Amino acid sequence: MTAYIIRRILYAIPILLGVNILTFVLFFVVNSPDDMARMNLGMKRVTPAAIENWKHERGYDLPLLFNESASGTGRITETIFFQKSLKLFRFDFGSSDSGRDIGYDISQRMWPSLAIAVPVLLVGLLVNITFALLIAFFRATYIDFWGVVLCVILMSISGLFYIIGGQYLVSKLLHLVPISGYDTGLGSVKFLILPVIIGVIGGIGAGTRWYRTLFLEEINKDYVRTARAKGLSEAVVLFRHVLKNAMIPILTGVVVVLPLLFMGSLITESFFGIPGLGSYTIDAINSQDFAIVRSMVFLGSVLYILGLLLTDISYTLVDPRVRLS
Amino acid sequence: MISQLVILWTDALVFLLLLFATLFGIYASRKAHLRGPWRQVVRNKVGVGTLVVLSFYLVVALLDSVHFHPMLDRAELKGADATQSVEVISLFDRLVEGLRERQEKTYSAPLATRLYAKENIELPDGRVIRDFPRLTYGGAHLTDPDSERLPDILRLSAIGIIKGLVVSLAVANVLIMLLAMRSGRSFGAQGRAVLRGATEIPWKTVFYTLALMLMLIFWSAELAAKYHLLGTDKVGEDVFYQALKSIRTGLLIGTLTTLVMLPAAILLGIMAGYFRGWVDDIIQYTYTTLNSIPGVLLIAAAILMLQIYMSNHADEFNSLVERADLRLLFLVIILGVTSWTGLCRLLRGETLKLREMDYVQAATAFGVSNLKIIGRHILPNVLHIVLIAVILDFSGLVLAEAVLSYVNIGVDPTMNSWGNMINSARLEMAREPIVWWSLAAAMIFMFSLVLAANLFSDVVRDAFDPRLRGSR
Repeated sequence: MTAYIIRRILYAIPILLGVNILTFVLFFVVNSPDDMARMNLGMKRVTPAAIENWKHERGYDLPLLFNESASGTGRITETIFFQKSLKLFRFDFGSSDSGRDIGYDISQRMWPSLAIAVPVLLVGLLVNITFALLIAFFRATYIDFWGVVLCVILMSISGLFYIIGGQYLVSKLLHLVPISGYDTGLGSVKFLILPVIIGVIGGIGAGTRWYRTLFLEEINKDYVRTARAKGLSEAVVLFRHVLKNAMIPILTGVVVVLPLLFMGSLITESFFGIPGLGSYTIDAINSQDFAIVRSMVFLGSVLYILGLLLTDISYTLVDPRVRLS
Repeated sequence: MISQLVILWTDALVFLLLLFATLFGIYASRKAHLRGPWRQVVRNKVGVGTLVVLSFYLVVALLDSVHFHPMLDRAELKGADATQSVEVISLFDRLVEGLRERQEKTYSAPLATRLYAKENIELPDGRVIRDFPRLTYGGAHLTDPDSERLPDILRLSAIGIIKGLVVSLAVANVLIMLLAMRSGRSFGAQGRAVLRGATEIPWKTVFYTLALMLMLIFWSAELAAKYHLLGTDKVGEDVFYQALKSIRTGLLIGTLTTLVMLPAAILLGIMAGYFRGWVDDIIQYTYTTLNSIPGVLLIAAAILMLQIYMSNHADEFNSLVERADLRLLFLVIILGVTSWTGLCRLLRGETLKLREMDYVQAATAFGVSNLKIIGRHILPNVLHIVLIAVILDFSGLVLAEAVLSYVNIGVDPTMNSWGNMINSARLEMAREPIVWWSLAAAMIFMFSLVLAANLFSDVVRDAFDPRLRGSR
């Protein structure tokens, strides 16, 4: 097991290196740091001195890959690639283009993101599985048919509509909770309720349908027929046998998204003004702060790979038949 | 009228896609294993119903993809050399010319006759009062809008619906006649069979959907000619026109993305599964790397870079339309880059299974070349996976466009798209009374397209997926 995990972590290194090279090419080769400086300082009438100054302050005045003017290892380390890209492996994100410490910002903004993402995941899971079991229990009846139709309709509505509609109905017409904002501690609850509810509702369509197919696949298996044959009631079959066996794909599906919860939800957070990582990313995109976007790309890839690793491990924990090799 | 065609990049790709789709249709109609599932699709009520709805969207998008420089009116020319305008419009713009040109001053509610905001109006006797001014075009034919508006709207609606009914009845009769000729039955017998639902293809559903769509179209055409059916936006543009123009953007993103990604996904997926070994390793590494970057961030990074490039090379683009078009093309490509990995992995898995099949083993034993085996034995057997993936992806991409435009990394802000409509309407929600029509229009158009596509893709998947066949 340990050997497997170590090998998987080693396998992650070339992938992260690939991500790094890709972002490096995107951010520094396609457009030179000069272009970026001009973009940031405003297009018209920028003096070369101002550009040099901007680049120097942010450390973009180094050569891209190889520094001829330095000596020894400095030839490799005194370059943009080393300073800006390779240092990410140490989770040293450096400072943003506006001069803030990205690592510190991320550690602060992580918690509001989690405060929305974790409840959405848990409540959503509960609601979706309940609905899916209900639909599976009444399979091949009108309840099943209209349940699925309702799911497809819910799936077809844009997520933006849930947010805008929810904000309008709950906050503006009914004045139940504030439209947007955030507070620390318990005070944050009143700001979090609406985004969580909307997040759950937005996921019901796709989630319920997905779990329904999982359950129906299990229901057609032999052990279910055996369970029925020995006289168990349909409810017991469904809850004891089908649910337990369907937990394997459900669990692995959840585990894979666990690490990505840190990244937060771009749209929800920016609509509700919650200072999480999602709105951090959106703000960075809108203010064209490339250092932050680069850091978030790297962080996202690390979390994604972590998710894959956790999935494989959780497989062995819930299903003894799976052996890692 | 049409003087000089302007072929934008995306236009060319749309018609290329249409060509591919037609070729695939001809190919599929000759192969029993592809024809069967399609037959199942058109025998399904939901399948044909959504197909009718989708084809209306498709027609609008295609008409909107033929661009040209319009000729200026002879009367407007006063000895000038240029007979062409620099502006680029599409065939669809020509069709709905009135909608495009009738601009108001600012917001007005759907079917309103007065502006949304009060203004100082000078009365004929010289006094100045503050009131809601009349619209320049919306309901301009009425003398007393407050009392005449409702009866007029009802009258126009009735005319529109009756026209729609008449046209759809005519179409239905022609179709029934053709069907009767083909099956050799009399017209009456064929008509009764259709109404009883006894035909192989559920023509009854086709006619009902068709009638519904035609009535909607004639109803809206009748009203849109005299009013602003869905109101006007901040600069007074007709929202109905914007929503119609957005159809092209939505459909393009949904379809071209797949066209762009298909060659890479098919080629690499089959290669990885067929050759295995180091080829497989490299391809797997490539898609794992791309997959591990969160899609939105990769798109954001790429679009930001494009923005910098465009603002630094502003003189390379002749017109705003071309610039917006190039950005759309780029968005489609980058969306393709982020979405080909799923299909590639599926194809790799399927090819791994197929290459162990007896007929492939036999071909290998006979010394058939790898290229031939892939082309003859592997590719035809994975085509259904490709098709399902393409159709399943569509609705997700249409919805993604709206979200991306909200983050400002979608299509060009000057381009008509549902995302841009929602984005600009979002800020108006705080107004009192609320400006809801832009948002509602975008949502309704998007919802009906995505719902139809979702339902259609379910039918197609059920028809093609052998695992599901017979279970329902």
